[in-house]
Amino acid sequence: MIFEHTHFRQALQLSPFHERIAALSKTENWTSWNTYKVPRVLDKLSTEYFAIRSGTAVMDLTPMEKYRISGGDAQEYLDRLVARDISNLRPGRVTYIVWCNDDGKLIDDGTLFQLGDNDYRICAQHHQLDWLLMSAAGFDVQVELETDNVAALAVQGPTSYSVLSEAGIAGLEHLKPFGIHDLHCGDIPVTVSRTGFTGDLGYEVWMQPSDALAVWDAIFAVQGRYDVHAMGLDALEMVRIEAGFIMPGFDFNTAESTVRDGYDRSPYEVGLGWVVNLDKGHFTGRKALQLEKTQPGKRRLTKIVVDGNKPVGEAFIYNGKNGKQVGEIRCTTWSPILKANLALADIDLVNGKLPSDLWARFDYQRELKWRTAWAACRAQAKPFYNPEHRSATPPARF
Amino acid sequence: MTSRTDAIIIGAGHNGLVCATYLARAGLNVVCIEARDSAGGMSAPRTIADDYHFPGLAQASYPVSSAIRTDLKLDRFGYTPGRAVQTIALDSAGRNLSIGAESISGDSVPDADAAAYPVFRRQYLEFAKALRPLFDNKPPRLKDMPFADKATLLKLGWNIRMGLGKEAMYELLRIAAINIYDVLNDTFEDDRLKGAIAADAIMGSAMGPRTPGTVLTWLQRIEGELNGPLSLQSGGRTQLVHALTQSAEDAGVRIRLAARVEKILVDNGKAFGVRLTGGEMLKARTVVSNADPRLTLGSLVGPRLLDTMFANRVAQIRGPGVVAKLNLALAGKPEFNGLADDLSGERLLIAPSMKYVERAYNFSKYGEYSDQPVLDIAMPSMHNSGLAPDGHHVMSVNVAYVPYELAGGWDEQKTALAYKVISQLGTYSPNLKSLIVDHEFLTPQDIEDQFGAVQGHWHHGELSIHQSFMMRPLHGAAQYDTPVERLFLCGAGCHPGGGLTGLPGRNAARRILALGGVK
Repeated sequence: MIFEHTHFRQALQLSPFHERIAALSKTENWTSWNTYKVPRVLDKLSTEYFAIRSGTAVMDLTPMEKYRISGGDAQEYLDRLVARDISNLRPGRVTYIVWCNDDGKLIDDGTLFQLGDNDYRICAQHHQLDWLLMSAAGFDVQVELETDNVAALAVQGPTSYSVLSEAGIAGLEHLKPFGIHDLHCGDIPVTVSRTGFTGDLGYEVWMQPSDALAVWDAIFAVQGRYDVHAMGLDALEMVRIEAGFIMPGFDFNTAESTVRDGYDRSPYEVGLGWVVNLDKGHFTGRKALQLEKTQPGKRRLTKIVVDGNKPVGEAFIYNGKNGKQVGEIRCTTWSPILKANLALADIDLVNGKLPSDLWARFDYQRELKWRTAWAACRAQAKPFYNPEHRSATPPARF
Repeated sequence: MTSRTDAIIIGAGHNGLVCATYLARAGLNVVCIEARDSAGGMSAPRTIADDYHFPGLAQASYPVSSAIRTDLKLDRFGYTPGRAVQTIALDSAGRNLSIGAESISGDSVPDADAAAYPVFRRQYLEFAKALRPLFDNKPPRLKDMPFADKATLLKLGWNIRMGLGKEAMYELLRIAAINIYDVLNDTFEDDRLKGAIAADAIMGSAMGPRTPGTVLTWLQRIEGELNGPLSLQSGGRTQLVHALTQSAEDAGVRIRLAARVEKILVDNGKAFGVRLTGGEMLKARTVVSNADPRLTLGSLVGPRLLDTMFANRVAQIRGPGVVAKLNLALAGKPEFNGLADDLSGERLLIAPSMKYVERAYNFSKYGEYSDQPVLDIAMPSMHNSGLAPDGHHVMSVNVAYVPYELAGGWDEQKTALAYKVISQLGTYSPNLKSLIVDHEFLTPQDIEDQFGAVQGHWHHGELSIHQSFMMRPLHGAAQYDTPVERLFLCGAGCHPGGGLTGLPGRNAARRILALGGVK
């Protein structure tokens, strides 16, 4: 067999949906995600944002790192890999996971799909093949990188259930959040999971790359009756902050890419202590996390609402106006639906507690003139935006 | 078990016995579990053809440190270092060279070498002495260094700077990481002398004279000379392991033979005992392993109970065994070309030049062996006539470099290699072949099977710079404790490494007691 290696001719790979996405791109505003060419914005950011929050937005998920984990020890392997107790996971279910290095520092987060007995898929933000293989020593397990072999679409928004049903995918009414069903789109086999990164009602549709265009076309065929838009990464950034989802590598340094001592982060430090189960048995990083748990926390990635409507951008956080600098904003967005400045900020704790009087000091431009402003910040534990329709089963029909 | 056990020591090799005895003398209830049917590990006696006894795999050694001798009352239990031996660099034509502690002598020794030798020896013993604080203590942690580690480094720094003086310090820093080949070529002319010293530097390691770090391996070896002269193992009651066994039992250590540990039991990150082949479980507050760290962590604990990066580092420990052992039962005394009769009890070396040694090494890199191996020969029966029937002898030969994994496998080639070694010996000792009553040949594979040393490596892991000091056996377990709580290492795989020194065992015991985790 002769392999045609042509990837080096292109700086970026084209996803199986690219033909359709390129046709919709009016701005030609492209970027790279995991070596794939993906749109930041196709037309107008606001159109894409509101499609997610009040209609249906479709995003190409193919570039997401996907790994198939199989073999007799698959569960034991995953148990040792991730910090969460996954013993309750069953075929047809998805769970959110994080994994750490020996020092209990986060390497990445992702979703774990149990597709069958001893058959799992990990979707990760970053390339993890080396770590997953290194972790496989001593286990009867196969780890396969399948990013290019599985095409996927995120179909998200309040009307996404109706859109997918109208597009010919029957049987979604019983699919609960974090569930997986093997279904058909017309006569094309697809796997649908009720998962997403938008904090809204939404699905992820998984298929053979050869079926990609047909499934896309079926979904966009309902466009006249429903508000269906392709979306890019910029709109995703807005909604994921509203939903309080964090991005490894952006909101914190991932352990294996951190050079300086202390610049990496543990799950507790980014608010992911809820996916760490110290009493589940051994997993990589457990000993370090056990030790960390006995000491007062040093810092916490915190959801904050910044008063006012000036664009906050990158900013320092202070304990008290003109007080001591205690943190930095990692990501921020203006939320059109909440009419608020939202941010995730890395804030130093004082005796294990969040300082009570948080202020952001930031610079902004008014007609090119730079100004400095102070704005009070309110920390909150819950997601900024978490609508009820997100988790209703069956979802409302439109 | 009827009584409560504080510590289980896995492996009754000499380091296991040293560690066990220290712990028992500190008041702990200690059980030492040994897979073989005698204590002593690689220095346990072996017998072939019924009447021919060998002191063990170890042939020549320096005395153990006076601290260990005193602490464990070894002299009271009969320990007597053997008589000092010279090293004789054999020459096939009989132009042999005698290498003593202070001088060299023999056919046509260059005057320059005769003058340079004692100076060179003194300097390197000074270097070894300067490094002593490092060998005698647990290796210092570099991060969050406790006071004891700072003291070690201070002593080391003082020794190197003030003890050696500026010139010598520069010289030590110059040679510490380089190869013995360059150093010897800079110092000497005589090929026999250079070959013999180089053979000492590489013996037991998968390194050639040109491999960087071979000055360090040589320093680690001659460090023992600070305790006394080199002597041959000759078996019997004066032997180290015999005295150690007595001392251990006297201290209350229970030695259980013919019991193989199959698994170290770990619950919730803490070791709490061992499971033997056959299923018996023994519990203890602390488990101490004298086995190869690769075996201890990689198999007895297993990667599943270790963190990914640590397990990966365990799997990456470098330590391919490259020394085979040939034991010969002889019907008489072999004669070596040009060797005076009264010298056949000395240590004999076939390593006629550094190029010879380097060439022999080359083959092992590719899973092959050389027709001209480096041979380190001892006749223990010259020191203890009880080892063989009247007028008969036993000869023990370390054969370097024999690869652990031989291209084409060992099954059919083992005997062929033994004959090749015998044939090479025959070049130096024409009557040897006719005297052979029986032989035993142990490849690195056999040494692994019989002694648990992974890949048959003498030192349970190469003594290379990246696996020495605070990186021995590996980062994360370099102070005898491991990521598994209450599991400690005490064997040759630990700092300061292999050889019949007992230092890893002693350092480990002190560490275990200092951590107070056993009561």
